[in-house]
Amino acid sequence: MNTSLNSDSANERLISDLASALAPVRRLRPPSVRAVIWLAVVAATAAVLAVVADLPAVWHRLGGAPDMWLAVTGSALTTILAAIAAFQLSLPDARRTWALLPLPAALLWIVASGVGCLRTWFLPGTHVADLSEARDCLIFIVGLAVPLSVLLIAMLRRAYPLQPALTALVAGLAAAAAAATLLNFFHPFDAAATDLTVHVFAVAIVIGANWGLRGRLLATNFFTQ
Amino acid sequence: MSVFPPNVDSHSARCNPSPPSIEVDHGHVFRPITSSRASMSVKSQQNVMVSSAWAANAGLVRRDPAFKDVIVVAHTWSGRPERRMNAVYPQDVGADLRRSTWMAAAQAGDGAAYQALLRDCIPVIKSVARRRGVAVDRVDDVVQDVLLTIHRARQTYDPSRSFTAWLYVIADRRAIDVIRRIRRQDLREVHAPHAFEGHADQTADPAQGLVRADTTSTVTRVIAGLPARQREAVEHLVLAGRSLADAATLTRRTTGSLKVNLHRALKALRDRIET
Repeated sequence: MNTSLNSDSANERLISDLASALAPVRRLRPPSVRAVIWLAVVAATAAVLAVVADLPAVWHRLGGAPDMWLAVTGSALTTILAAIAAFQLSLPDARRTWALLPLPAALLWIVASGVGCLRTWFLPGTHVADLSEARDCLIFIVGLAVPLSVLLIAMLRRAYPLQPALTALVAGLAAAAAAATLLNFFHPFDAAATDLTVHVFAVAIVIGANWGLRGRLLATNFFTQ
Repeated sequence: MSVFPPNVDSHSARCNPSPPSIEVDHGHVFRPITSSRASMSVKSQQNVMVSSAWAANAGLVRRDPAFKDVIVVAHTWSGRPERRMNAVYPQDVGADLRRSTWMAAAQAGDGAAYQALLRDCIPVIKSVARRRGVAVDRVDDVVQDVLLTIHRARQTYDPSRSFTAWLYVIADRRAIDVIRRIRRQDLREVHAPHAFEGHADQTADPAQGLVRADTTSTVTRVIAGLPARQREAVEHLVLAGRSLADAATLTRRTTGSLKVNLHRALKALRDRIET
């Protein structure tokens, strides 16, 4: 009896503390709208890169290899779907199944890239990326994914994910897929096995870093408002 | 029983006045048949809650005692209706509408509505925690975690959706967190009261008792040597821990006099103990 009274008064104290700390909040916009805002930043980055890139060469290259179109479509779709899923997951009442949304697109991306990789074995004279080119790919993907991840995580933090690990994982996928999509502007060769490994490695670094840091970035710390 | 929430178009209900095969009462739960029909029926309703009776009249629900599912239809952000919650019973619809309104007011900064809302949430949270299997003495941990979570996440709540459904999910997740925390604690800690009682104090030293007794007697002696008024101030304000006002009433002196005497007494004590 006594303990129940104590706990009731503790709850009551907490309620009055929270009510006295109450400040008006601006309601978050729907997750799809917030995803569009982030995707607009990615699109703006793409527009800037398109100015620098040799667009006719990019078109020529993509026209010559239809599976590369598939890979680009797959990575672009992965970006869009993973961003939507991440914003959905950042809501406290989100279902975990949102994390499955980008998986079909990611599968298309992986399979199509794999086909491109196989072609380099069958066709003689295909240019295969050497180590320095592969290193450039790595730096590009990681270098572009970091600011995109930072922006995405900052936006996700405004919500309150109760599943920070899953949210960060999907956010990492969105950022890595965006960076890998934009890499196509500067990728004058087909993805060979070494190159593909580097891409996978870069994407894994980005996703892993997002996932690993989620404790600090998306931490559900009650006492820091 | 069939109380319509204020914003629900009663005209729609009158259009479907005869639900002979569906009797809505508090003991039963229902589930929606299709969302497209719901879309036609509740279209353009800002508030989006419908009562169970109305939903039954409109043909949105059918009796299905095997499912603890929802009879409430709501608009999502995209404007489509959706199932609002699991395990919501007809009599909870009014409570849900009330909580949604309170939360919307709290988002605008209304502290009174917020307090009412949080108090109203406690029984719901407790029932969710108990159903999850949280031990009775840890249910309040869940309650406090959930209240804090509601506070931190209040900007994410969309008033066009069910508050109770939102609360259920958060309470359920926090209950699971608490269960995991208890399990982790149990792995690291054991309950051994006898070992605790029988544990020897590493710092225990027979000389310590002598030193403490010596210090106490010195302090007592020095206090006894103080002038009467200063001793009085120390006894009432420091040793008995009375407030200045109480001490003033008891000694019939002014608070100013007591303060001055206490200050002098402390200075004298410091000097005598140091020398």
